[in-house]
Amino acid sequence: MRSVIFRAVAPFLTSLMVLFSIFVLLRGHNEPGGGFIGGLIAVSALAIYGIACGVETVRRAIYFHPMAIAGAGLFAATIAGLISIAARVPFMTGLWIYPSLLGVEVPLSTVTLFDCGVYLVVVGAISSIALSLEERGGE
Amino acid sequence: MDVAALTLLALSLPFVGALVAPLLTRLLGQNAAWILALFPAAIVLHFMRFWPEVSRGEVVTGGYEWIPSFNVSFSWLIDGLSLTFVLLIAGIGTLIVLYSGGYLKGHPQQGRFFSFILMFMGSMLGLVVSDSFLMLFVFWELTSITSFLLIGFDHSREAARRAALQALVVTGGGGLLLLAGLLVIWNVTGVTQLSLLMSFGPEMRASPFYLAALLLVLGGAFTKSAQFPFHFWLPNAMEAPTPVSAYLHSATMVKAGVYLLMRLNPVLGGTPEWQMLLPLFGGATLIIGAVLACRQTDLKLMLAYTTMASLGLLVMLTGLGFPHAIEAAALYLVAHSLFKGALFMVAGIIDHETGTRDVTKLGGLRSAMPLTFVIALAAAFSMGGLPPFFGFLAKEEIYYALPSLDRRAMVFAALAILGNALMFAVAFAVALKPFIGAKVETPKSAHEAPLLLWLGPALLAAKGLSAALLSNLTHELVSTPMATAIAGEPRKITISAIPDIGMPLVLSFATIALGIVCYLNLTRLRAFIATVLADIGWGPDRGFDQFMRGLVRFSAALTRRLQSGRLDVYMTVTFVLVAAVLLGAPLYYGELPRAPFFAGDVPLHELAIMAIAVIGLFAVVLAADRLTAIVSLGIQGFAVAVIFLLYGAPDLAFTQFMIETLSVVVLALVMTRLRLSPSDHRPLAQTVPDLTIALACGIGFGLMLLKVTGVPFDASLTDFFNHYSKTIAHGANVVNVIIVDFRGTDTLGEIAVVMVTGLAILSLVRLRAGSLRRIADNDPDAEGRA
Repeated sequence: MRSVIFRAVAPFLTSLMVLFSIFVLLRGHNEPGGGFIGGLIAVSALAIYGIACGVETVRRAIYFHPMAIAGAGLFAATIAGLISIAARVPFMTGLWIYPSLLGVEVPLSTVTLFDCGVYLVVVGAISSIALSLEERGGE
Repeated sequence: MDVAALTLLALSLPFVGALVAPLLTRLLGQNAAWILALFPAAIVLHFMRFWPEVSRGEVVTGGYEWIPSFNVSFSWLIDGLSLTFVLLIAGIGTLIVLYSGGYLKGHPQQGRFFSFILMFMGSMLGLVVSDSFLMLFVFWELTSITSFLLIGFDHSREAARRAALQALVVTGGGGLLLLAGLLVIWNVTGVTQLSLLMSFGPEMRASPFYLAALLLVLGGAFTKSAQFPFHFWLPNAMEAPTPVSAYLHSATMVKAGVYLLMRLNPVLGGTPEWQMLLPLFGGATLIIGAVLACRQTDLKLMLAYTTMASLGLLVMLTGLGFPHAIEAAALYLVAHSLFKGALFMVAGIIDHETGTRDVTKLGGLRSAMPLTFVIALAAAFSMGGLPPFFGFLAKEEIYYALPSLDRRAMVFAALAILGNALMFAVAFAVALKPFIGAKVETPKSAHEAPLLLWLGPALLAAKGLSAALLSNLTHELVSTPMATAIAGEPRKITISAIPDIGMPLVLSFATIALGIVCYLNLTRLRAFIATVLADIGWGPDRGFDQFMRGLVRFSAALTRRLQSGRLDVYMTVTFVLVAAVLLGAPLYYGELPRAPFFAGDVPLHELAIMAIAVIGLFAVVLAADRLTAIVSLGIQGFAVAVIFLLYGAPDLAFTQFMIETLSVVVLALVMTRLRLSPSDHRPLAQTVPDLTIALACGIGFGLMLLKVTGVPFDASLTDFFNHYSKTIAHGANVVNVIIVDFRGTDTLGEIAVVMVTGLAILSLVRLRAGSLRRIADNDPDAEGRA
């Protein structure tokens, strides 16, 4: 995978795909998409980057250990469920608030937080597997 | 606060203490003991408020619901039996905490030690006040676990680790028997609370499952209370620091088994089985324990074996069924906790101040340690059953229970006299011998113990005296309610420190005379017992090691048989089973689907996509090398994803696209990692069976799908989600709303699985071949060789 074209394009392709994955994640509640699909898209992006530029580059780029990202995701998802208990409704009940940011009403909810958690778990866990496989595969 | 809330608070106090103990010890050193002792002292004060009700013979219950749907509650039962235990545990616990402050002064892990001791105290308190079965079991096992931690406290020594593990295996295993026994009782009577169980005695005893329940409960009680042949863990547990031996392994935890038997006496007791098994095992334990105690020269081991003997005596008395036997057991239990706790602490003081606890290397300490000598003598008088100490009352009551002309009573009276005489000899060998005679050089030059060390045993010894002198008050508050609770009917204890002239006194004199003879000839007796034991050679302690080795060997052999370690074997087994279920079940029940219905007007592009999927499959099978096969598998997957898209499931299609992409990437990576040959060279003899299994699975899944889609579709869930997705969950994408909201808890479980799988795969990838081999042949001897 030492093609110059591929290596030149990969960073742009990866950034676009990660951006797209976040878009898919956030629009998931009303249009096709969501945390799981978004996460998978992001993992593919990282896999492409890894094949093109090497695993070390990817690890530097995402800064955290992939498993730490997955752990943070699981933590966020659990917190999203626990917030409901603090509000004295059953575990995992979706709670919504509509703050106004710069004059635009933005719906925020524990459900969104939960979906972000799913996204992070998928990204972390699967990219961790893919990256460790790529690392050894090159030997 | 009401009484229930206060009681709950009192029961949780030790755990609070355990939390703050390390910090306090870091700040205050050994003086933290003074503050930590306030926790158990507060518990004593709280539970004293139940004295008026309990001494009237009333039973106090209370508690909170735990899992109401399973009829499980967190509830307590306070009567004469449990109150006596609570006061012993918390009262002696207070003194033990103080004693540990002095004993482990300057130890780097003293805070952890306090923490463990307090955790144990909380578990033991919970155990004796438990009303519900489940709570009883949980606390029962918690005492085993905390005992494990305390025995293994000095974890750098192998003997301590072995003793800790042994105690955990024996008592923890016994706990499982107890759980099974409680489940049997629950099934027979339908109640899960001890307080309700008390009226079910006749039903229980008449049940065909009585013997099973009895044996299981006895299994739990005998392991915990170190009855022969499960006694071996108790002497080994002396590896623990002395405060632990004094507290857990003489005064409290080992009495949990006796407590259980006493508690269940009104329900399970009184039958011929009960009256045969308990005195038999108890009597055997009494004699064996007393004889083995004479052989030892280590102060703690001598006391440990007499503890075992005393536990045997208690079990024997609980099971005899004679008048006065229950009363005698109640008195002896209290007396034993007081004098044995004190003697253990004295042994600890001697060890601490002289540097040895070998009785043959000690002598003439009376001038250096006069106070310790007085304490030791007071405790030994009680243990030897001499007036005016509480042990004397207990022994007189025992001898009231036993003399009658029936042969069974005479046998047990003889056992009791022999056992008591030997314990008398040991008591004075521990408490008198090191202090009299010529002064012997010891590793450390002996001097009197500090306040923190002598306060505990002094108070216990004083208690043994005052309880006997104020016998009326003791009986009113403690012994009579306790005996009433054990018997399940009103009992009254009247015995006092002033001996009556009669048969019991004669037996007492015989015991003391025999005891003095044994004491004077202890050296000869010791040599004789050692010779006999050397001739026998084998004991349950070695049996335990053999059992554990055998167990590990057996599981290693079984694992090697079941887990071949070859992926193709696992795959074959899995898929053969899948095919068998999918094909076998419909054939057996005659539920094959009807022939599928083909619509005539399928658009050309859909047909084309299906054709691509089929072509992809053939490409996989016919591919010349593995990489082509993996990519061809992707063709088929993408075709299926397009079909999802066409039939209105964009989410599913998206996911399928991503999964296909990633699986091609991952499979290709795995393949390069495994260093497989580029193409697949299976011989025909293997290809044909593999093909057959694959076809069978494929046909099976096809049939199942046809059958499932043949059933009329129930749209009620679809309607529900379509209707409420927007209104309740504020989302138009039904699939996503189901995932993150309606079935959010499921998803939480699933992402946790993804996470754990990721970790597992990561560690597998990282395993190097060397470490893999070490795990694979995990046989017990490998450690020794390595």
